[in-house]
Amino acid sequence: MMGVKRIFAKAYLWLILIILYAPILFIAVFSFTKAKSMGNWTGFTLDLYSSLFTGATSDSRAILAALKSTLIIALTASAASTVLGTLAAIGIFNLKGRRKATLQFLNNIPMLNPDIITGVSLFLLFVSLHISQGYTTVILAHITFCTPYVVLNVLPRLAQMNPNIYEAALDLGATPSQALWKVLVPELRPGMISGFILAFTMSLDDFAVTFFTRGNMGLETLSTYIYADARKGGLTPELKPLMNIIFLLLLAGLLLVNVRSFRKRKQQSD
Amino acid sequence: MGKRSSWALPYLIFMVLFVVLPLLLIAVYAFQNGMGGFTFSNLTAFFTEPKIVNSFLVSLEVALENTMICVLLGYPVAYILADKSLNRSAVTVVLFILPMWINALMRTMATAEIFHTLGIQLGKGTLLFGMAYDYLPFMIYPIYNVLDKMDKSYAEAAQDLGAKPLQVFMKVTLPLSMPGIISGVLMVFMPTVSTFAVSEILTNNTIMLFGSVIQEQFYNMMWNQGAALALVMLIIIGFTTLLPGKESGIEEGGLI
Repeated sequence: MMGVKRIFAKAYLWLILIILYAPILFIAVFSFTKAKSMGNWTGFTLDLYSSLFTGATSDSRAILAALKSTLIIALTASAASTVLGTLAAIGIFNLKGRRKATLQFLNNIPMLNPDIITGVSLFLLFVSLHISQGYTTVILAHITFCTPYVVLNVLPRLAQMNPNIYEAALDLGATPSQALWKVLVPELRPGMISGFILAFTMSLDDFAVTFFTRGNMGLETLSTYIYADARKGGLTPELKPLMNIIFLLLLAGLLLVNVRSFRKRKQQSD
Repeated sequence: MGKRSSWALPYLIFMVLFVVLPLLLIAVYAFQNGMGGFTFSNLTAFFTEPKIVNSFLVSLEVALENTMICVLLGYPVAYILADKSLNRSAVTVVLFILPMWINALMRTMATAEIFHTLGIQLGKGTLLFGMAYDYLPFMIYPIYNVLDKMDKSYAEAAQDLGAKPLQVFMKVTLPLSMPGIISGVLMVFMPTVSTFAVSEILTNNTIMLFGSVIQEQFYNMMWNQGAALALVMLIIIGFTTLLPGKESGIEEGGLI
């Protein structure tokens, strides 16, 4: 009985995984051929890869520029969100009653709002304040929707922490900033790291908010670049090798983390 | 203790400036005509312009169908992943979220290309397939989180007391996993209504979802009309998320 159930369960998981990965594998396969339209195999070549890395065409230069902007925005926004969100979490944790509820409610708004509402509302803000839109406005917008996730990741760590150790550090003569760096930050680090990773991911993948806050000075992230491609009717060929490289890096990262935790478990059981 | 509560002050100021004020601006713009005077005409356009009403109804329909497909496909995945006798590897769980790290628009375009290669015409069917594909991980993860943390002794107790497997599932496991389902639905339903690029790519612009209409208004410099539609959406979000109460599971079933 148990065996049949297992086989069904495994088969179902595999079926869904195949569907989830089909488009990614499709792009990966066709990154090794030169045909412009996908699904059209014209022989194996690494031309697209060399074109992407050397910036041989104007397309590949534009893609590399978009990649750079994407990474700069994501790193800046998620770093700022981590600082702002951690401080906010400590503050919220120490608040009580109505004030605490109000802040937690405000913190939920950007997460519940669809991207397009966040994008449109910030667009109207920047327009009515006559702020010219570009890198800065995109980063501010990303901080807005990233910080709540940091707050939500740090709060549980605060709840698990012994509330007396910070006071103990102060009693033993630490300055508040020493107590922050030597006591609070190490305790909260796991929550800060997972918050940072989540913020970074949200920022990387964002399209709608960036689209509304990037202005018209030609700032492109990978998402807006791909959207422009879609409007023109086809994926720029050099995007395919880029996506395949990102995918392989992710797989390698997953494998690495897994091997490491496997080793740790083995060491513990030995 | 009292002093550290002030650490939230920078965030409070930030949120008033970048969350509260912008949302109020949506309302302000929605009730203004192009010259800055007060008007209701932007909002009444929502009910009187057939194109807008239609796209709104179509969006609700697509979002409803997509949410149902995601629950039906995603729940079994989450259930299997959380069942220690069926799956013991954490890697399998990550495999289901990994696609989210690859740009969604790129994956969507590849999906459209696959349909193109297979000779399937783009339309409602391909839209639903692509949407389910995009949003499935957002449904699987919150449900998995809740199921994984669930105290297994409830189900075992039901079994010991003579409940059949189906009864155990319907009366114990499913009700206990509701917070995960609700948070998954929140993460799938409204984003589907408001999406714009994805629906354009997957239907070759033949089906316009509400998000596309809003985007088009802003693209054509009709900010006041666009703001009015955004306001309608905001009101609906307010109703759907505040009515079930604050315990609707974001904290419990949140992503990662």
